[in-house]
Amino acid sequence: MLNFNDILETITMIQDEHLDIRTITMGISLLDCADSDIDRSCRKVYEKVTTRAKDLVAVGESIEKKYGIPIVNKRISVTPIAMLVAASGGDPVKYAHALDKAAKAVGVNFIGGYSALVQKGFSAGDRELIQSIPRALSETEFVCSSVNIGSTKAGINMDAVKMMGNVVKEAANLTRDNQCIGAAKLVVFCNAPEDNPFMAGAFHGPGEPDVVINVGVSGPGVVRSALAKLPDDAPLNEVAELIKKTAFKITRMGQLVGTEASQLLGVPFGIIDLSLAPTPAVGDSVAHILEEIGLEQCGTHGTTAALAMLNDAVKKGGVMASSSVGGLSGAFIPVTEDAGMIDAARSGVLSVEKLEAMTAVCSVGLDMIVIPGETEPSTISAIIADEAAIGMVNSKTTAVRVIPAIGLEEGEELDFGGLLGSGPVMKLRTQSSSKMIARGGRIPAPMQSLKN
Amino acid sequence: MKAVVTVIGKDMVGILAKVASACAAKNANVLEVTQSILDGYFCMVMVIDIGGITCALDQLEASLKASVPDMVIHVMHEDIFNSMHRI
Repeated sequence: MLNFNDILETITMIQDEHLDIRTITMGISLLDCADSDIDRSCRKVYEKVTTRAKDLVAVGESIEKKYGIPIVNKRISVTPIAMLVAASGGDPVKYAHALDKAAKAVGVNFIGGYSALVQKGFSAGDRELIQSIPRALSETEFVCSSVNIGSTKAGINMDAVKMMGNVVKEAANLTRDNQCIGAAKLVVFCNAPEDNPFMAGAFHGPGEPDVVINVGVSGPGVVRSALAKLPDDAPLNEVAELIKKTAFKITRMGQLVGTEASQLLGVPFGIIDLSLAPTPAVGDSVAHILEEIGLEQCGTHGTTAALAMLNDAVKKGGVMASSSVGGLSGAFIPVTEDAGMIDAARSGVLSVEKLEAMTAVCSVGLDMIVIPGETEPSTISAIIADEAAIGMVNSKTTAVRVIPAIGLEEGEELDFGGLLGSGPVMKLRTQSSSKMIARGGRIPAPMQSLKN
Repeated sequence: MKAVVTVIGKDMVGILAKVASACAAKNANVLEVTQSILDGYFCMVMVIDIGGITCALDQLEASLKASVPDMVIHVMHEDIFNSMHRI
């Protein structure tokens, strides 16, 4: 028998607290599309994506109607394209165009996987692909790119880090008439997960099955309003317990939708990524959860501890609710996509340094941060190296998605619109890191014992 | 297959009758009705059988909304409540 209050709780979550399925992402392996002729290879890519994903959007919409839950995004992730470039050679941007065309044909709003995995070194195709990223992102609309430059087992490839500083800057530069959007579609990872359904960092890892459905759930608003009902003097263990229970409910919905989608599409169900993913909408903010826990504004002292607790409690609740959890799973802190973070960045309470500390305890990294347009590429590389070091040493995923706002200075704002939001240019150190970055080479993998 | 219909809004005469007739028009059998007044708002939850409905679930929702335009109505599949609130 359904309980009256349970029913009303679910309705309120969806109607007032922005509970939604953030994304259904279909992972498609393109390894069987590799060909020594790049044009033939691109044709195979287009055909495979449009065949396997032809019903993705329709099925997503039918589930929305059946259950009355919004499914915000339907997306596709593919095998890192550098692997196809290795076989075909040629101009990698051709693949970007093929992917973009396929994304438009099936009606998804992003396709991820213009990627290379170079944590230990470059193999055939990797350098060409990395160098082509700015052009690929400026000439296409829906293609997203990511590069994995480090891992706990391999260390950090500092040659790749050095390249990525230039690539990020150039991606922003080529799209400077369009809010520098190119850089917002590019993620630099350490310990990249192979089954992440969230953009821009989604790609379909080589260890994954041929086709798979992964689901990303969201719901910062639900957690915040659950916490708002707790008394102000409730101890933090009770706060954690409540977050856990709420995360359980959110994830169960993702599990239901994922199972249903995989049955309707005849594709195996991969994982649920139970991340709290904010949107710029009022009441859908991770920063507001931290403020509800008891901080005057996100970014002040205590933020890291509150976020660590939140991130852990979300995982604990979600793991029990789902048959299989993966991806990034935790709390996202993309600055421009979170109303509370935007406010905190504008008022100067939230700094890049604090964000860096926060990334040591939450699920991703320095995400959607607008930096001054004149930032040196070597400084961007140094930011990437810092962040990768946190990921490498702590055996966790970290990432950098910074947007150099070409032509803008500290205090001015970029506005991407939609889910990507808007945000002020944040202050960076101006002292140079160029000598260290110019060294290149590799930072060796860290010790896994003597952990202090 | 069952669905849960919730109707929330300002209390007035005939809400139950109108919603129930709209359900009947689409051949949805009303299995259970609970209602109460919360904070001055009329709040009704109906469980209906949608095994034999003559239209899609979202069309049923649209016609229920049309039957009482002043109320907030949600029609959702029961699976969602079962999965969220049962282990």
